[in-house]
Amino acid sequence: MVDDTSKQMLLETGQPGAGLKKINDIKKLRLIANGVRQSVVKMLHQAKSGHSAGSIGLADIFTALYFNILNHDPKNPTWPGRDRLVLSNGHVCPVMYAVMAEAGYFPKEELMSLRKLGSRLQGHPHRGSLPGIENSSGPLGQGLSIAVGMALVAKRERKSWRVYCVCSDGEHDEGQIWEAVLLASKFKLGNLTALMDRNNIQIDGFTENVLPLEPLAEKYRAFGWHVLEVDGHNIEQIIGACSEAKKVIDRPTMIIAHTVPGKDISFMEFITDWHGKPPGDKETTTALGDLEEERKFYGSESGV
Amino acid sequence: MANSSKINKEMALIDSIDAPQAKKPSRDGFGKALVELGAENTNVWVMTADVSESTRTHWFAEKFPERFVQVGVAEQNLAGVAAGIASCGKTVFISAYGVFSPGRNWDQLRVAICYNDVPVKLHGSHTGITVGPDGASHQALEDIAIVRVLPNITVIVPADAEEARKATLEVAKCEGPAYIRTCREKMPIFTTAGTPFAIGKANVYRFGDDVAIFACGPQVYESILAAEKLESEGISCAVVDCHTIKPIDVEAVKYWAGKTKFLVSVEEHQVSGGLGGALAEVVSEFARAHACTLKRHGINDIFCESGEPLELLKKYGLDADGIARFVRENCIQ
Repeated sequence: MVDDTSKQMLLETGQPGAGLKKINDIKKLRLIANGVRQSVVKMLHQAKSGHSAGSIGLADIFTALYFNILNHDPKNPTWPGRDRLVLSNGHVCPVMYAVMAEAGYFPKEELMSLRKLGSRLQGHPHRGSLPGIENSSGPLGQGLSIAVGMALVAKRERKSWRVYCVCSDGEHDEGQIWEAVLLASKFKLGNLTALMDRNNIQIDGFTENVLPLEPLAEKYRAFGWHVLEVDGHNIEQIIGACSEAKKVIDRPTMIIAHTVPGKDISFMEFITDWHGKPPGDKETTTALGDLEEERKFYGSESGV
Repeated sequence: MANSSKINKEMALIDSIDAPQAKKPSRDGFGKALVELGAENTNVWVMTADVSESTRTHWFAEKFPERFVQVGVAEQNLAGVAAGIASCGKTVFISAYGVFSPGRNWDQLRVAICYNDVPVKLHGSHTGITVGPDGASHQALEDIAIVRVLPNITVIVPADAEEARKATLEVAKCEGPAYIRTCREKMPIFTTAGTPFAIGKANVYRFGDDVAIFACGPQVYESILAAEKLESEGISCAVVDCHTIKPIDVEAVKYWAGKTKFLVSVEEHQVSGGLGGALAEVVSEFARAHACTLKRHGINDIFCESGEPLELLKKYGLDADGIARFVRENCIQ
């Protein structure tokens, strides 16, 4: 029995394959995130519908996850030893698709098929359509439950892979999230790390006006979670927090990532109207211009 | 028994069908099967939402605690966590009262389970009016309707505890999601280990020429008794155990619609959307080819009330007498 388990662990902690490329250079990661933002702008412009602000705001977090934090293999998406990434607020999937393409899950040209007939890039993620998508999502508040289920299997079967869940602040209006929060605490799921996109907006306005959520950190602590707060655009902090979360083995960790919706796009930052619409022709030009300016600020494009 | 010659011997029902020896709730058959499954397949997990004993999942929990998950009174989370576990290669049975699961977690059932197409098997127990004194809030009468419209899912309503056991074993073998509907009340066990069970294949328990009664759940047995009564009055009724509501046995429906003048559906469910609804969908597709009329018997767009299970079956005409009366009143040529 013991032999089987250690053999299993060895198998699953072994080299995942050539598909994985982990990057530690923060400057490189920031440039990737900038490129991802540009892809998202183009994708949403082309699709003529979709959710801009949250997708743009999560570019740094998804870049950090796919290029540094996660153990995964874009060339072998069903590798049993992979870390699981559950996206709960499925409407921000453009950023996930853009990062996945960048990481090598599928050709970048396919990004422009977002939301189009016959595309694998559904308007909200579908597990059956695109390899690498762990869960179908769309209805808010469901992802954390799925992540809890996966983490429970990993814990009980002593797997070495971890479970990450990206969720939004607005979906904390849903009761199901708190059901999952309670259960994760019951089972002391130290292998579960959730990242909340704390961008303060939802469809009808600011979260604290629609349904006040604060104090979020205190609530999570009261529910028995380990809580960390980071600047969701500071890739070093995001990586550092995920790394700290790994050390806390008796509790799940919630990383509250403070983000700016529409980050780095002048007309989009902090504007709730941009939650659920795509940029038009002129706005796309402005947005890409803004992002190019930002890119210069990060430094040279070479080597990315 | 007077007309036992009409009973289909190939179905290996109990010998004295009007005097069954054993009575058990169908949920017992479900719980028993889980223990069998747990022993033979370490990938089977079971979950409940604070109703382990009443849904009979406590037997599994006692034997396989490492594969049992108690989530508390949280049916939405129950469905979501199950989807997560199932996506790791497990077959997960989730068990709660039908009014709450699928009643309260339909969105999770739709997206996390059916759209993900993962092997989560819902067990809705305490369904129908036979849950009795708890009253209308707890009488699941709409669950078949809301589940069977979802893609990828199989829907089964076993007739007794033995069929519930077989159905549970069978859905464990299927790759996708499934819904099994059971009852709280002890009911006669009239099928045997030798009675065939195949998902999607209706069982003909009694032959007849005038009326074909398609029933599910406890009403299958009651329909057999009703058919025996009606035989002596000159109305010859076939009785079909239509345990699988989805995929419905289209061939069986076509066969009997072509053979008898009347089809009658009988169920502890609203007449809209349940077995009656499913049959209506099939019959309407080829109604012109046959002179068959479908009459649906069940709950007619109302909430019911508290009472003892047998009192309620009598009041709403879903016992043998009530079914016989329905046939008499609706199937006059």
